[in-house]
Amino acid sequence: MLKTANLSKVTVLEIKTAVNTDFAKKINNLLLLPLIGLAVFMFLWHVAAKNIDTSLGQFPGPAQVLEQAHTLVDAHFVEREKADAFYLRQEERNAARLAQDPTYEAKIRPYTGKPTFFDQIWTSLYTVMVGFIIASLIAVPLGILCGLSQPAYAAINPLIQLFKPVSPLAWLPLVTMVVSALYVSDDPLFSKSFLTSAFTVSLCCLWPTLVNTAVGVSGINQDLLNVSKVLTLSKWSHIRKIVLPSSIPMIFTGLRLSLGIGWMVLIAAEMLAQNPGLGKFVWDEFQNGSSDSLARIMVAVLVIGMIGFILDRLMLTIQGYVSWDKSAVLR
Amino acid sequence: MNTLTDKHLELTQVGIEFPTPKGPFCALKEVNLKIAKGEFISLIGHSGCGKSTVLNIVAGLHQATQGGVLLDNKEVNQPGPERAVVFQNHSLLPWLTAYQNVELAVKQVFQGKMNKAEMKDWINHNLELVHMTHAADKRPDEISGGMKQRVGIARALAMQPKILLMDEPFGALDALTRAHLQDSLMEIHADLGNTVIMITHDVDEAVLLSDRIVMMTNGPSATVGEILNVDLARPRDRLALADQPEYNHYRHQVLKFLYEKQRKIEPVSAKKKSQLKSGDNQVA
Ligand SMILES: Nc1ncnc2c1ncn2[C@@H]1O[C@H](COP(=O)(O)OP(=O)(O)OP(=O)(O)O)[C@@H](O)[C@H]1O
Ligand SMILES: [Mg+2]
Repeated sequence: MLKTANLSKVTVLEIKTAVNTDFAKKINNLLLLPLIGLAVFMFLWHVAAKNIDTSLGQFPGPAQVLEQAHTLVDAHFVEREKADAFYLRQEERNAARLAQDPTYEAKIRPYTGKPTFFDQIWTSLYTVMVGFIIASLIAVPLGILCGLSQPAYAAINPLIQLFKPVSPLAWLPLVTMVVSALYVSDDPLFSKSFLTSAFTVSLCCLWPTLVNTAVGVSGINQDLLNVSKVLTLSKWSHIRKIVLPSSIPMIFTGLRLSLGIGWMVLIAAEMLAQNPGLGKFVWDEFQNGSSDSLARIMVAVLVIGMIGFILDRLMLTIQGYVSWDKSAVLR
Repeated sequence: MNTLTDKHLELTQVGIEFPTPKGPFCALKEVNLKIAKGEFISLIGHSGCGKSTVLNIVAGLHQATQGGVLLDNKEVNQPGPERAVVFQNHSLLPWLTAYQNVELAVKQVFQGKMNKAEMKDWINHNLELVHMTHAADKRPDEISGGMKQRVGIARALAMQPKILLMDEPFGALDALTRAHLQDSLMEIHADLGNTVIMITHDVDEAVLLSDRIVMMTNGPSATVGEILNVDLARPRDRLALADQPEYNHYRHQVLKFLYEKQRKIEPVSAKKKSQLKSGDNQVA
């Protein structure tokens, strides 16, 4: 009796320590080790920066970068205040004019200050999302078609192989010229630079989604296809009930690759075409060549990385919601 | 019950050739079979002889290159829910629960013929037939192999098929679960009187369940070798049958066909395996 009690005590203790070490491992993996990695990186960066002298002064270390991040935030708020003040003045003026002359039609002129760092972030985000969504709307249905129909695949495959390896920057001049030629409107809803950037992103986002969707769809388990045949599901229910759920993981793999590529492409395209966005911010700072420029570019680099990471996590979260296989490890 | 004039399903001179890189491969040749309504037929034969191919032709998943299949005097040339299939590895849609898997079939077959409440009752009724009501809301990855197979059977039954086609439905299960499901299947067959064609590797299973056992010769160009009428009174009880001389006689007939008349000529390594398995009454 006593012996068994003792024994069970021992096992309980063991289990407890096992749980504890498990917990400790998790903490290690989730917090401690990443922090160590970060600290080492900061230190190396700091040391290396001190030893690199550029024509624009010393390479910025972590401290300077943090300082410039602050400056950029402050500049943003200053600019916002200026804009608010501008609109307030305009309103007052209009009200005064209206009081004098009731037939006067008030005109609101937009504020045309320099876009701040945060304006540029927003522009880039917006552009990449639009480009990505356009690409996905084309690539997913086309991929499903390719996966379902061998002839369609045979017809489209050479095009995929041809265009997939093309650098986005080769597309850029063509897209620019085509947009300028075709998009002529007196009251443009979108600016041409926005369309150019978005379409360039689209052209590069198409391929990974297209290829992965096609592979996913053509790899559906033969048994499930037989079930669909025995049930005589219509083409449309076949796609909705069988094809989409089983190829969701592959579709999302493609979408995530596409979004990652799109984000990289966009920054490069903005730099090259001088289209508004983070890429232009980097280029402007580079041209500007003040002593703070390098630190500001570094801020932009970190922000670009962070946004890329967040976008990927976002897709992962969406995949978690859409996918039926909640147990699948999403990485 | 199984008079040969009573034809419900009729295979006439069925043959099939598969195109392969080495030229056409004749898997089946001159398969003739007449099946009466409500009959329980087992197909037995060595691995690779063409049992699944016969079943797939009846299901409409393969097209016979010679001869044809008539169901109620209509030619079968495409799949349809009146010939429901229970696949060897359950083939449930992994993203749907047991209930939803059956629902998909019911909605497809009874759209416009049943209202929502009737469908719901019908789905639950079929899950009850296979004793799966308790796990109706579980997905395939949350239930055991035997349970999946039962849901697969419920899905097939729920289509109210004229013919139930089963490709080694219990092949992947342990002996206990298999016995349990065989009993369930006998009950269901007694209740509903479906026409059933079942592929099996298990001689005991074939004798226990069938009205007739169709034994196939080895491929290529496989065909129906012998047909054994199993005249055992129903309901059948596996324990009582074990002592009956008739039962053992039937078993012996099947084993004799498989191991004497259609003995497979195999390389030595494969032979060992088949001998090991034959002790288990399994055809390798
Ligand atoms: N699509 C196909 N293309 C070419 N050959 C095929 C095809 N399907 C089946 N065969 C051939 O036809 C023969 C019969 O196959 P089948 O699957 O019907 O055998 P089986 O009796 O069901 O075997 P098992 O008991 O192992 O399931 C085999 O030799 C196989 O190689
Ligand atoms: Mg088979």
